[in-house]
Amino acid sequence: MTGPSVPLSCRELVELVTDYLEGALPADEQARFQAHLEACDPCVGYIEQIRLTVTAAGRVEEADLDPASREALLAEFRGWKRG
Amino acid sequence: MTAFAIRLPFDPLTGEDGGPMAWLKDRLAGRAKTDGRGADAELVARLRAGDEQAFMELVESLGPSMLRIARMHVRDRATAEEVVQETWLAVLNGLDRFEGRSSLRTWIFRILTNRAKTRGERDGRVVPFSAVINADAASGEGPSVDPDRFFPADHPKYPYGWAAPPVAWTQERVLERETLEVLKEAISRLPDSQREVIRLRDVEGWSAEEVADALEISDVNQRVLLHRARSKVRAALEAYLDPTPEAA
Repeated sequence: MTGPSVPLSCRELVELVTDYLEGALPADEQARFQAHLEACDPCVGYIEQIRLTVTAAGRVEEADLDPASREALLAEFRGWKRG
Repeated sequence: MTAFAIRLPFDPLTGEDGGPMAWLKDRLAGRAKTDGRGADAELVARLRAGDEQAFMELVESLGPSMLRIARMHVRDRATAEEVVQETWLAVLNGLDRFEGRSSLRTWIFRILTNRAKTRGERDGRVVPFSAVINADAASGEGPSVDPDRFFPADHPKYPYGWAAPPVAWTQERVLERETLEVLKEAISRLPDSQREVIRLRDVEGWSAEEVADALEISDVNQRVLLHRARSKVRAALEAYLDPTPEAA
């Protein structure tokens, strides 16, 4: 296996995090990224913060539909049911 | 020297840790579990049978996003509400044509987007939303992390390495009500296109494909917008949780 040619810096890594997590990095870039992570605890810590950010976003409640819209849609459904 | 394999808290790509992190890895990688085909088929059958509860559950879960997305294409909220109503009627009338090739959600949002665009054009909205969102993605923005947090390029040991590394957060602290308020506030301050992408992806758990499809943007732009949104929201959480990260 050939090692990654040019090492990635931390400042570059933070710009590639989403592409990495989305599996969108080309194979050689991904190798550079992983090689960096294996040697860099602060960058692992950064990705952990992104992970927690995503977890927290998943706990945010979306606003409910307002009652008027809900009623209008229910009426629409009943009308459709009657044909 | 022996090469040590540092154990990451999780491996987002190989999914090596099948434990409680598995769902999150799916989520991070945009493979969020959405309603499976079986669940869609069952839901469609219930709707056809006139099951009000099934309809209202669907309306509750998709309604707020539908309204937001419609609103991006048309000029005011009242028009967006009309488009959403028309969409539901089209969905109900078209149930027999739904073949399950895409998910029910994707199919509904395609109908919504088409109707909203048509309505926006008819009302003379000059710039279509997809043009705005693509321009947003193409425009340059600042770096994801404040450059002052890194050593300069000529640092003898760590060129562009962390000078003030991120501090570890505990999950408990991050999930506290106050922290979630900070996060919500940060999302609300994002530009429209970034806000919509992070809401659909991370708040609602849609897949990357579904978001690109519903917003009619490329996969690349979906990732660019998500990256900017997540980076800014992380920075906002950091400003709240550790206001003064110490230099190493």
